[in-house]
Amino acid sequence: MKNLKLRTAGMAVSAAALSIALAACGSSGPAGTGASADSATMWGLTGGDQPVFQASVDSWNKAHPDSAIKLDFFANDAYKTKVRTAVGAGQGPTLVYGWGGGVLKSYVDAGQVDDLTGFLKENPDVQSRYLPSILESGVIDGKTYALPNNKVQPVVLYYNKEVFDKIGAEAPKTWDELMALVPKFKEAGVAPFSLGGQSKWPDLMWLEYLVDRIGGPEVFANIAANKPDAWSDPAVIEALTKIQELVDAGGFINGFSSIAADSNADQALLYTGKAAMILQGSWIYQGMKKDAADFVSSGKLGYTPFPTVEGGKGDPANVVGNPSNFWSVSSKATEEQKKTALEYVKAGMFNDENVQGLIDSGAVPVVTGIEDKLAASPDKDFLTYVYGMAKDAPDFTLSWDQALTPAQGDAMLANLDQIFLKKITPEQFASTMNATIGK
Amino acid sequence: MSTTTTTREQLSRRDQPSRRTLEKGPSGWLAAPALAFFMLFAILPLLGVLFLSFTRWDGLGEIKLDGLSSWNTVLADPVTGNALLVTAKIMFFSFIVQAPISLLLGVFTAASQKYRAALAVLYFVPLLLSSAAVAIAFKALLDPNFGLGPGLGLPFLAQDWLGNSDLVLFVVVFVIAWQFVPFHTLIYQGGVRQIPTSLYEAAQIDGAGRIQQFFNITLPQLKYTMITSSTLMVVGSLAYFDLIFVLTAGGPGYSTRLLPLHMYLTGFKANDMGAASALGVILVVIGLALALFLQRLGGKNRNASQLEGA
Repeated sequence: MKNLKLRTAGMAVSAAALSIALAACGSSGPAGTGASADSATMWGLTGGDQPVFQASVDSWNKAHPDSAIKLDFFANDAYKTKVRTAVGAGQGPTLVYGWGGGVLKSYVDAGQVDDLTGFLKENPDVQSRYLPSILESGVIDGKTYALPNNKVQPVVLYYNKEVFDKIGAEAPKTWDELMALVPKFKEAGVAPFSLGGQSKWPDLMWLEYLVDRIGGPEVFANIAANKPDAWSDPAVIEALTKIQELVDAGGFINGFSSIAADSNADQALLYTGKAAMILQGSWIYQGMKKDAADFVSSGKLGYTPFPTVEGGKGDPANVVGNPSNFWSVSSKATEEQKKTALEYVKAGMFNDENVQGLIDSGAVPVVTGIEDKLAASPDKDFLTYVYGMAKDAPDFTLSWDQALTPAQGDAMLANLDQIFLKKITPEQFASTMNATIGK
Repeated sequence: MSTTTTTREQLSRRDQPSRRTLEKGPSGWLAAPALAFFMLFAILPLLGVLFLSFTRWDGLGEIKLDGLSSWNTVLADPVTGNALLVTAKIMFFSFIVQAPISLLLGVFTAASQKYRAALAVLYFVPLLLSSAAVAIAFKALLDPNFGLGPGLGLPFLAQDWLGNSDLVLFVVVFVIAWQFVPFHTLIYQGGVRQIPTSLYEAAQIDGAGRIQQFFNITLPQLKYTMITSSTLMVVGSLAYFDLIFVLTAGGPGYSTRLLPLHMYLTGFKANDMGAASALGVILVVIGLALALFLQRLGGKNRNASQLEGA
């Protein structure tokens, strides 16, 4: 009996330890040195940039113990929910991490973030360090409400060179070439495309690029401008039809609708050779550099622009994705907190150390005059490619779920999911989405 | 308040309460603290939700009174109907799967052999894990590309468990059962141990076999345990959230988006607090109706002792 009790206790303890360990994954790191309850706060995302932000804030806090910043990190999808609820309740961080676009506009309309136009005027060197096109995403009605804080994030078509060599294929330049590759990869027992369908936003990258290649950037500009029936544009219908053709042909990996992008499972499929290609943001390079260092450093990772579509109007150099992420300053913060936040934006962010940290992590900072630094990096091929892609793009369309209002964005992702599952037709998608215009 | 200072007089008074006190029961004031907390944390928020359901609010700006517009949105949305259907399906299948298994396991573990006690410990382990941990573990095990199937080279297990709209509901029911069967087993185990052994001894003398004993003594004696456990199972299905949110996020498509999840996603993803509040009100009404119905089923005297005359 005593033996049994011991075993019971042991089992209970190990089970409890397991659940505590799992629960602990979600908590944030230790508070920065000298941070107190009324110091400025900052919320960032876990993943590629996390160590860079941490290092930047740590060195800021060391140099400015009187105006320390408290930094916390959250997973992408969870963060988007949390920050909005917190800001709405007046409990948001001093520095609000965001994407610009329609979501930023909803903060501005509710008077939750400060106008930074005056701050930029007083600090011309802050203004001049950014690529002008990227600064534009933080501007609402002619006023700047958000300043870029990290890296350019165009969406790139990545491929596994090893798998391509095995079947003697080349990276697809046109949609027809892409479709022709699908049966070849399937025959070789490799899924043509990986996709994090459970997260829904990776689905969107397909629609964004196809609509741009077929109809040009005006198609989405009309949607964002709330023009009636803008979703019924033939380019949208054709893009959705092409997506369903690709699904029919077995283009996406088995189980794509249960793969979450937050856990990086979609990129793992690419570097383990289970999938030949993936359409994802430039930020997954940081993840792969860390999780599959050999794969990246031995040059097996290929990247190419999204293919052209025959008869399409869009410029093949157009890019979709996120120009950058942004800091906004909460209007509910105290004067002291706001002062610390702006001082940090001025001097702590994009100083040499921070810029080098971003480059070392495998990202392209959104500042001007970094060509030499990029060229000196071990990741110079990818970084100069991404930098050129963003700089030379005739049009850089912000991710649609961020450009639209949250209500429209959510409806779009839910219906797009239905398109990938073939539960609705492109026409049904268009009419459902037309009903959300203006909401 | 220490008992050592109680006088003899007080003791004798306590030992023989007057007939009136007995009839009236304890003072109603004893319920005051509980009532106060219930008002503060259940009734007031409930009224708040009811109020919000007649407004439009995106969670950030000002709250605008807008009559029935949120209710119209919710009732006209086909996703709401689908969420109700999914909730009903999960409730039905969870009950069908969990009730017999936990009954049988409860009866089995109620006996006193050592090996049964050891097995009982094993059965109860899932009860110790948090829903989120269970969901993360199953998500990894069921992954069609990196999970159990491909890992062990078993093609049957390499199904697209969580990505197949027809299959995913049953996978969810299975995971729910895996987590909650131990809890209901515990309830049944307690219920079986309450049955007086004299009943079985009498049956044995009359020559009843094990199966006869089970159907004629154990099952009828467990009637109230069954009602308690079923109420928890059925009403509990209305609250499944964390497990399904982590496991499938309501997908693929809308195939596992049950009512509480639909409420959350409407409120915190689509930022429509008015519609989410209307869904919340619907959820409360259904929950109350179900609980009352199941109470009825148990009869009015279900709290009376069953041991009288045993």
